[in-house]
Amino acid sequence: MTNPSTPSDSVTPRRAADIVNASLKRRYAKERRFRLIGAAAVGLGLTFVLLLFGDIISKGYTAFQQTYIQLPVTLSEDLIDPEGTRDPMTLARADYMTPIRQSLRQFFPEVKDRRTRRQLNSIISVGAPQLLGEEVVADPALVGTTHEYWILVDDDIDMLVKGYIDRNAPESDRRVNDQVIGWIDRLEQEGRVAKRFNTIFFTHGTSREPELAGIAGALMGSFYTLILALTLSFPIGVGAALYLEEFAPKNRWTDLIEVNINNLAAVPSIVFGLLGLAVFIGFFGVPRSTPLVAALVLTLMTLPIIIISSRAALKSVPPSIREAALGVGASPLQTQFHHVLPLAMPGMLTGTILGMAHALGETAPLLMIGMIAFIVDVPGGFTDPATVLPVQIFLWADSPERGFVERTSAAIMVLLAFLFLMNLAAVLLRRRFERRW
Amino acid sequence: MNAWTLILLLLAVMAAAYNLGRKRAISGAGGIAQIKTLHSLPVYYGLYAALWAGIPALLLLGLWSGFQDQIITALVSSSLPPDIVNGLSEGRIGLLINDIKNLATGNIVSSTVTPEIQAAADQFARLEWIASGAKWLVVLAVAIAGLALALSQTAPKMRARNRVETIVKGIMILFSSIAILTTLGILLSVVFESLRFFHSIPPLDFFLGINWSPQIALRADQVGASGEFGAIPLFTGTLMVSVIAMLVAVPIGLMAAIYLSEYASRKVRAFAKPVIEVLAGIPTVVYGFFAALTVAPFVRELGESVGLHVASESALAAGLVMGVMIIPFVSSLSDDVINAVPQSMRDGSFALGATQSETIRRVIVPAALPGIVGGILLAVSRAIGETMIVVMAAGMSANLTANPLDSVTTVTVQIVTLLTGDQEFDSAKTLAAFALGLTLFMVTLVLNVIALTIVRKYREQYD
Repeated sequence: MTNPSTPSDSVTPRRAADIVNASLKRRYAKERRFRLIGAAAVGLGLTFVLLLFGDIISKGYTAFQQTYIQLPVTLSEDLIDPEGTRDPMTLARADYMTPIRQSLRQFFPEVKDRRTRRQLNSIISVGAPQLLGEEVVADPALVGTTHEYWILVDDDIDMLVKGYIDRNAPESDRRVNDQVIGWIDRLEQEGRVAKRFNTIFFTHGTSREPELAGIAGALMGSFYTLILALTLSFPIGVGAALYLEEFAPKNRWTDLIEVNINNLAAVPSIVFGLLGLAVFIGFFGVPRSTPLVAALVLTLMTLPIIIISSRAALKSVPPSIREAALGVGASPLQTQFHHVLPLAMPGMLTGTILGMAHALGETAPLLMIGMIAFIVDVPGGFTDPATVLPVQIFLWADSPERGFVERTSAAIMVLLAFLFLMNLAAVLLRRRFERRW
Repeated sequence: MNAWTLILLLLAVMAAAYNLGRKRAISGAGGIAQIKTLHSLPVYYGLYAALWAGIPALLLLGLWSGFQDQIITALVSSSLPPDIVNGLSEGRIGLLINDIKNLATGNIVSSTVTPEIQAAADQFARLEWIASGAKWLVVLAVAIAGLALALSQTAPKMRARNRVETIVKGIMILFSSIAILTTLGILLSVVFESLRFFHSIPPLDFFLGINWSPQIALRADQVGASGEFGAIPLFTGTLMVSVIAMLVAVPIGLMAAIYLSEYASRKVRAFAKPVIEVLAGIPTVVYGFFAALTVAPFVRELGESVGLHVASESALAAGLVMGVMIIPFVSSLSDDVINAVPQSMRDGSFALGATQSETIRRVIVPAALPGIVGGILLAVSRAIGETMIVVMAAGMSANLTANPLDSVTTVTVQIVTLLTGDQEFDSAKTLAAFALGLTLFMVTLVLNVIALTIVRKYREQYD
């Protein structure tokens, strides 16, 4: 920005081209800098995506495997089924911990006093007997025989085997002491320690013990919630969009509705939780922490998204379709339902899937309506107490045990996988059916 | 499952009604050959019968299920002997009613069971039983009455299509009014509870007080029994986290949008734009986990290595991650408005000899500014209302501080903590959450209305 009216210039006036040429170098440098900053911003955005996924995956992939130790367990008939009836109830309730502990003790005959023995016992997960019991109930012939079983270990041992516990740290700072590490190393040398696929993670409800905690309950809760939310929000959303886009007269009332929908789409989700707590639970007495109340709240939350995208889909259907249908004598409603709606359906479905993906990942409003309760059982219906996957993630993230970190990450991976599939379905639907007029 | 069986049954009745209505219309016309004497297609007679059978019954079922519990509770509590109820606070009575309900459904009861309570529980169970039996009968009776009415009207001359279309249109109007009802529901629920809150805590103390410690008293003579509800530390905490988030999101998002729409090749744009938008699709609980377990320790170590004290739940960590979450909002909204700037303005600028960056800074950004500002305001409202990241990564203690390395708490965090613990529904602690919710709703509403107005005005400008 040289100023042409400075005294020196006024004596010998310079040509404009000279001024421009003189500043060109600086301007081009500025141009390059600006461009670089832009590229850096894009790069940063991409880095964040990479960092986020890298972090979650690197923390979580180990949770898909779980450490087991192989032990020859003798299920003596006197202990498991003294009456010899092979009744499933007796078999399920029998004491399996004692034979597991006996078997483990055979490997370490030097363990004599109570304290070390208790430490040895702590290698075994508290859930191991129940798992063994399930195996025996499935195959009662196992009673009275000795077999090699894969026995679930405690989460601390699992962390040790997976290398999350620093063996060089001072013993007092470690969750596992030197003695136990020695035992595990000996078992490992004998080839009795192995990491196997973690089926518990996919088949069990949550638990206070990381090694027994699974996402089955949360997944079923999410499933019931989403199914119900979908059956409520899709017809309502499409109906509302159809009315507002095609039939509504332009007046104050429809303007008000429109402003409302746009605003609701931007209201913080937690406010919907307050609404659910005060209206659905407080006023209508819908049972707390059930998929039913969660679905109601999520329906209200996703409706604006579905309505807005459905209206966009309706808008993209050319008016000639409507005119042609009306021309051959269809009623306005027949025109919509027979001709416009089928053509707009892919767009509407895309919007609905995206809305459902949004609902699947939503956490905050569900905390308000009691989905935060600790529920071990896998829900079996819309009115059973349940939790959903994102809330489960939140609860696990709060747990102090190291074992829950990898399980939280793994649950996040499962959640992201579902979201990915839903988004993929939406994209494919759009690609496959979207028409350009 | 009771209600679900009933709904399935109603659907079955509707299917039957459809068939009956259709058949009756055809036979009324004198067989399939005479079908042209009907006013409408037979389908519409079927639909008409199905709608009459289904809709009144479903409506009744919905209302009944919604109010049954309240009516029975009112009946039971009004029939409680006065000597138990007298001298009990409202909360105590609520507890008592809860006990009666638990006793009736066979759950664990918190207090000892006296004969009066046992009697009330028996009454409750009996009423419940009568009500659900009556519900079945009445709902099915209404369905069949509706069906009979529709069938009695079915005649070749009946304008079935027009009637069905009127009903369908009515349903659609009802559906589109749900948006209004939702807003109304939000307003009513937060306003009523807030009014009750402001009844016990003066609004000035709430909005201008600087101490926040919403403990409820276990005993009446406890120190600090009333709790303090000064929300200023929450507002400043929210503000700080949001400002940090915007400091991250606005420069990165805006520059990314400019680069992608003005500089990037088609290939780069096709790859980078969706990848950055992935950030918008990630659930906030995932960001919260990332903030609490990865970013917060990292920030802490970084601060400690240069000799700064960083709280383990610093505002900085939460704000940074929230900023990352908001980047795609800023970038995609800015991208839209930048693309909406007419090409002729760019061409004009280039013709005058401006470089590309000069065109962007002097022409395109000023032209797109209203839209960009609208987008940023939407992003701010998003940041203020964001919950999970701050719940997981920001603290619980209400510090009035300007240091981003300290732990702060936000409005949303407090709403969650106040409402997820064990609570009485009437305590000031619970009601405070609704007052905070009202504040949050109003602030975001104002921001959204301003932002949407700006964006819409801007769009009209170039359309």
